[in-house]
Order: sequence, then C-alpha cells, then structure tokens
Amino acid sequence: MLENKHLLGLEGYPGKDIQTIIETAFNFREVLDRPIKKVPSLQGVTIVNLFFENSTRTRISFELAQKRLSADTVNFSASSSSLKKGESFKDTSQNIEAMKIDAVVMRHPTPGAPKHLTNFIDSVIINAGDGTHEHPTQAILDMMSLYEKFGKLKGLKVGIIGDIIHSRVALSNIYGLKIMGAEVTLCGPPNLIPKNISELGVKYSKDIDEVMEWADALNVLRIQKERMGRGLVPSTREYRSFFGITSERLKNHKKEIVIMHPGPMNRGVEIDGEVADGDQAIILDQVLNGVASRMAILYLLCGGKKVEGE
Amino acid sequence: MSLEKISKNVMLKGGTIIDPYHKKEYKSDVLIKDGKIFEIGDFDPPKSCEIIDCKGKIITHGFCDLHVHFREPGREDKETLQTGSIAAMAGGFTRVCVMPNTNPPLDTPESINFIIKKAEDAPIHIHPIGAVSKGQDGKDITEMGLMHKEGAVAFSDDGLPIQDGGIMRIALEYSKLIDVPIINHAEDECLRDEGLMHEGTISTRLGLPGNPDLAESSMVHRDLELADFVGAKIHIPHVSSAKAVDLIRKMKKHKDDVTAEVTPHHLFFNDEDLISYDTNLKVGPPIRTENDRKSLIDAVKDGTIDCIATDHAPHTIEDKETTFDLAAFGMIGLESCFGTVNKVLCKDSKMDLMDLISFLTNRPREIMGFDCDLFSVGSSAEIVVIDPEQAWVFSRENIKSRSINSPYIGKELFGKVQYTISRSHLYKSV
Repeated sequence: MLENKHLLGLEGYPGKDIQTIIETAFNFREVLDRPIKKVPSLQGVTIVNLFFENSTRTRISFELAQKRLSADTVNFSASSSSLKKGESFKDTSQNIEAMKIDAVVMRHPTPGAPKHLTNFIDSVIINAGDGTHEHPTQAILDMMSLYEKFGKLKGLKVGIIGDIIHSRVALSNIYGLKIMGAEVTLCGPPNLIPKNISELGVKYSKDIDEVMEWADALNVLRIQKERMGRGLVPSTREYRSFFGITSERLKNHKKEIVIMHPGPMNRGVEIDGEVADGDQAIILDQVLNGVASRMAILYLLCGGKKVEGE
Repeated sequence: MSLEKISKNVMLKGGTIIDPYHKKEYKSDVLIKDGKIFEIGDFDPPKSCEIIDCKGKIITHGFCDLHVHFREPGREDKETLQTGSIAAMAGGFTRVCVMPNTNPPLDTPESINFIIKKAEDAPIHIHPIGAVSKGQDGKDITEMGLMHKEGAVAFSDDGLPIQDGGIMRIALEYSKLIDVPIINHAEDECLRDEGLMHEGTISTRLGLPGNPDLAESSMVHRDLELADFVGAKIHIPHVSSAKAVDLIRKMKKHKDDVTAEVTPHHLFFNDEDLISYDTNLKVGPPIRTENDRKSLIDAVKDGTIDCIATDHAPHTIEDKETTFDLAAFGMIGLESCFGTVNKVLCKDSKMDLMDLISFLTNRPREIMGFDCDLFSVGSSAEIVVIDPEQAWVFSRENIKSRSINSPYIGKELFGKVQYTISRSHLYKSV
C-alpha cells in the first residue's frame, strides 16, 4: 500500500507510490468502460468533500470517483469569506469528523490548509488543491495521461506554459514529473515565474517556440482573467502573441507534440480552439483519467486493505 | 515560579556580578533594602533577611526591552500591562517600552498619560512609545512635544510603516524638538504586497506569497538617508535581512544617531522552519534565510546592531490556530529571550557573556537615555540572576504572558533566568 496516510502534495512523495497509483488507475479505467461502471470497493466508507473554494470539475470528478467505488459521500461547501466571519476552520473540521467519517477531500484557498487540518482530525486527508501550493491529484492524472500516451515518464520532456507562480497545478506537476524522471521546462511571462524556480530542478525559457521545439508534451495552464486586472499581464492579445498555443505555432513545428490543459480553458487566449479540439490534444482523456486516478487514490488510501482482506 | 512583593531585606549571596556598564566582573554579595541597593561587597547578612543562594550564578542588570506589545488598551484578552509585566520578569526584564498600536492607539498626550498612570503600580518600569501619526494613518504627525512631556520616550507607527517619505521627513525633523528617536517598522507595503513569508525557495515550495528582503532594505535605506539629511535620531527596529544590515553598517560610519535592534527569533530561526506552516512563525518582518540569520549574528558581534528587543506580540489561540493567510503576525518572546540569544550568540557563536548582557541591559537603556549605572548604592534595584549554563526545554509552563503564541515550545534553550528583582518585587523562576 502507500507509504503516507494522506495525500497532501507530491513534494518528496515516493516514486514507487506514484507508480502504484497510476497502475491502479489504469485498472479502474477499465471499470469506467464497462456498461455498469461501479465496483463495491469502498462500500461502507464515508467521505466528505470539504470545498472552501469554488470548483466544478475537480469536485464532480471526486464525487464520481466516490460513487463508482460505492462510497457514501457528503458535500460541504463554504466560501472562505463566510468562514472568516463565523465558525473557525478548526471547529468546522472537528464538527464534521465528530460525525464519524473516514476521509476528507479538501479544496482550500490557503497554502498549507490540508496539512493544518491533519493537526485537528484523524481521517485520511486528500488535498484537492490548496491555494497556490499543490494540486496533487491533478498532477497524477496528468502523469497518467502522459503515461498512456508515451508508455513512460522517465526522460519525457514536458513544457509547462503560463502563470507558474500562481499555479498549484504547475508546482505539483514539477514535483511529480521530477520524481518520475521527466524533464521540465517552464515558459511564461517572467513576472509569473517564481524567482528561485531553478532550485526545484527545472529550466525556464521565455521563448514558446523554443520550448515547443524541445518538448514531447505541453501542459498549457489557464491564464486567469484576474491576473490581467492586476496588471501582471498587459492584455490577452499580448499574452496570446507571446505564449498562446495557436494553430499557426503548432503547424510550424513539424514535431508532433501532445497538448494538455487542466481546464477550464480560455479559448483564443492561452490555447486556440482549433488546437484544443485537434488531434494532438488529450484534454478530454485527462478528464476521464481524472476520475480513474481519483478512484485509485481513494481506493489505496481509504479501503485497499479492507477489500484485500475480504 | 512566583511573584512577590519584597517585604524584608534580600541578600544575593555567593554569586558573580557582571556590571556591563563599567565592564567589570567580580564576586560579591548584594544587599537590597526597601527595594534599593544598600550594599555591594563582603558583609554579614542582617537580621530578618531572605538569603538567595547565587553560587555559580551571574548577578547583573535587569534586562531592558525597547519593543513589546502589551495590548492595553483594547485587547486585554491578549495581554495587559500587568500580565505583560509578569511575562517580562519571567524573562529577566525590568524595563520595557510598549508600542502604541493599541486600540485606540497611543497618539495623544492623554493616552500616554493613561499608560503612565496605569503602569504606576506595575512590578516593572513601563515606558510608552507614542504614535508618529494621528490614528497611525501615516498622514498627520501627533503632538509629539506634549506626548513627550507626559512620558513618551520615542515615536513609532509600529506595524504600520510610514509609506510616505515626505511624512517621514516631517516626523524626523519635528522629533529634533524633543531629541528622541523615531522608530519606523521598515517595510515597503507595495513590495511586500500580500507576502506572508520571506520570498525565496521555501516560499516557492510552500506556495505562500513571498515578501522580498528589499521590501525592508529599500525602506531602511530611505529612512537612514532621511535621518542623515535632516540630522535626526533614528532607530531601526527588528532588522531581518543581510541587505538592511549592510546599509546600517555603512551609515553608522559617518552618523552617530543611528541605532538598530534585532529580535531573538530572527537570530534563532530561518525560513526552512516554516516548512511546518507553523503560524507562530508568521511574523513581520518575516524570518529570512540562513544567510540573513548569519549576517544578523555578525552584525550583533561587530556592533552594527545595538541591542536585542523581543517584539513580544501576544495573540489569542484563535488568531493563530487558523490557516496561514488569516493568522495574525507576531509571536511572544519575553520569557524565551535569554535562553535563545544566549544559545545562538554565546554557545553557538562564541560571543562573550558580558557583551551579550550589554545588548540586553545598558545598550538599549543608552538609546532611550535611561539610567545605565544600576549597581550604584542607593539606586532602585533592577537586578537579574541568571544561570548561563543551564540547558532546558521551553514549555507551556514557562509562559507567563496571557497568550501562548510561541514557536519555542519544545525547543531546547541554553541559559535561564532564575530571579528578577524590580520595583520592590521579586520573581522566582525556580
């Protein structure tokens, strides 16, 4: 089974466990192709989806994964602002655990919040995104998708494009890919790249064409509209001109590269619609692999042993 | 651990006196009568006298802290002048300066008088620092002259750095009227932005927004230049970065009225300690890199830094036991101070104990113009007895503050305060 009780992030995560999760996820992928897409693996296990920040796809993906595994699920949503006024984070968490639950899937706007939660409750905690820190399940589904496409991760050349400094997807992908032996180059406006990023063992290039020439796959991050408002990026057209994965750019590069995007996409900004819908994109495979990956993670952390013992 | 009013004579017997003011170290007994030093030397104990065995211990001046937050008025649930005084005595402090960021802030002669009156019966000496600007809004300067008459010893908008260089100039120039230092929490708010910890590799790894060192150093630079330009006294609080140290060192070569302090926590921790996301380590300015920490130690050793100040900042459990973004800035620091700085500076960095004591006693007193010759017969006893060699683990029981936001709990410290005598009170830590 897995070394760690929780999945808080991929920094320092054992490579063999990432491998186990991905392999298990491929097994669950087969379940998703069956006419009846449900297994009893987590029967009797209660999971709370604790979402302190809005999320559509991650939450649906987790909920589906839980339902496919026959777990009982409860959803809790709260905007962080309402929490500021009322009950504390600690009280909320302890109240929910007092109702006898087995695992918590948590999304929170603050880095470190899932780790903080481990101080208060004993349940298994799975980080579904903590602010600008990590989003480990996204990175695992991204790696699973790369694995599906290339049959390996070691030695793979992956470009991560966009707003790195505010991206939990980027940080988890950097950690995960480095652990699995892939090479990573970041590309984006210099003010959206952390100053000391080279210390994490990745390269940076400001030239998107150079990165496209080098890479086997690109993970294109969503450029958030709020960033424009803060003046971090001058305009969408300038961004598209320098960093957008446009149809022209893709055509100019003879090398076939795989295009990924964690969604939601801004078509016509960081990625052209034609590219997103094109043959080189595996964006919808990522979504399906997301359900399978989360099934694998939930199964391995919440019930694997129980089922094996039966 | 107890605090009592001294009702009879007290004799400190068999200890070694370190007098940091006269730079003397000698074995001698001390007799305290009616709260005053009556005799120092070799004598028989008088009748009705409490004898404190000081064998193997150091007897020295009570510590003086230029930077504490006692939260009164406004947040008496965090600390009061009374509870803060006991925390101070537990840490060996007999004299403190309280920062004015209370609610309401200490920005009028009346509010300064409130502290003076309220502190009359406190077991330690408490001096208020007045706000530089009315309401600490960084716009209009306060009635510094009248506040000084009421007892304000310096001026600061601590916690709310004066962003406008023009206002800072006015404040510095005006302060020459009363010849006291301006203390400006040096942090450019635009550069700090939403920063929650030092900007570097660790902040990237933790996904926490960073606060770069130049947010401090650029403002230290401005303040030093301004103070030099107008010829005023400036005191730089809680220096945290190597860059700021370099600027202070340079300015000190040609200007006398520049002083600076460092906190125990900036000497003790580095940003790698934040990997735990411990909110007790969330402080302003932030704890920086090992390189910064080392340069702060060097700055103490070469005198670029003038004194140690705790920036004792009590907060409730609720204010700290929350997510990192919502947690309040600051930690308590009085009770743990000597054990931390003695460990870092004397044990680990081979600094002389006499020099370290100086950073806690006569050097901060000199900055504020307080009496430094504390072992003269007839003066009110401000004395601390310490065991500089005692290794101990800081625990919840050692905290006398009303708040417990300390990252030192469970940490091994070196050197312990045993007794503190101040204003006819005796605090026993043993």
